[in-house]
Amino acid sequence: MKIRNHNHTEDKAELQMTSMIDVVFLLLIFFVMTFKISVQEGDFNVRMPQPGDAPAPQEQTSLPLNLRLRADGNGRIADIILNDNSFGQDFNALNQYILSYVGGTDGPQGEDSPEVEIDLDYNLRYEHVIQAITAVTGQRQGDDIIRLVEKIKFAPTRKGE
Amino acid sequence: MKIKSHNQAKAEADLTPMIDMVFQLIAFFMVLINFSQSEQNDRVQLPDSQLAKPAEDKLEFPIVIHLTSEGTVIVGGDETGVEGIRPLLGRELEVLRLEKKTAADANIVIRGHRDVAGGRVQDLIEKCQAMGFEKFALRVKEEPR
Repeated sequence: MKIRNHNHTEDKAELQMTSMIDVVFLLLIFFVMTFKISVQEGDFNVRMPQPGDAPAPQEQTSLPLNLRLRADGNGRIADIILNDNSFGQDFNALNQYILSYVGGTDGPQGEDSPEVEIDLDYNLRYEHVIQAITAVTGQRQGDDIIRLVEKIKFAPTRKGE
Repeated sequence: MKIKSHNQAKAEADLTPMIDMVFQLIAFFMVLINFSQSEQNDRVQLPDSQLAKPAEDKLEFPIVIHLTSEGTVIVGGDETGVEGIRPLLGRELEVLRLEKKTAADANIVIRGHRDVAGGRVQDLIEKCQAMGFEKFALRVKEEPR
């Protein structure tokens, strides 16, 4: 019963981990460095063909909605006016009005859905334009989105006013 | 002396759990890594909207235009004023033509800075319309809740 050197050979059979760990840590550092938390992004789709070659306007069943956005000197929103109804600076009120205007019908109404034309002051901040588009196009309830007005277009630019 | 050498062999650490964890971490970062950041530009801070939701279907032939807070536009890494966008879009039109498509098939993705004047965005849209583009997407980011 000679178990000489048995322990010795077992030691030698062990893997050399050091180099693998080196590489693995390098990989880890690479991924940590390139990692960037990105927020979700979405799009508002605007279909605006060149005026003139657009097909003749179909008979509109509903009134056209004209949304006028006035800005103050700093480009902040000063007044929201939709077809002569003023909402002050309250986008939520605009959203509620659109909701009642579209009239609780479920979802988009296809071809007959109303179209909103946004007429904004040149210096109005883009942020507020998006706020207005958000208020007009839908409402978020929990995780669901109620779509209100799908069609949006911009009025001609008000430059030099 | 014999006992000493025996102890030395035992002092080696067991690396298995650490390697397990490190591999888990690598897997985590690999899954989350996002290579599509070429679309983004650090100078542009998108406005946020509660309706921001990633589109279900991919936009057809997207052309990304960044609009910085100073009112300049960046298309494919080249920066110019809104007025000078024609040649940059002309390049995209060439590519479209090679793929046998027209400007009306393309989608212009506008990534505007939140503080830029809204009129600038209108100017940009008008310039694009003049070249025959008709589909626009205003990119926004999700509102922090």
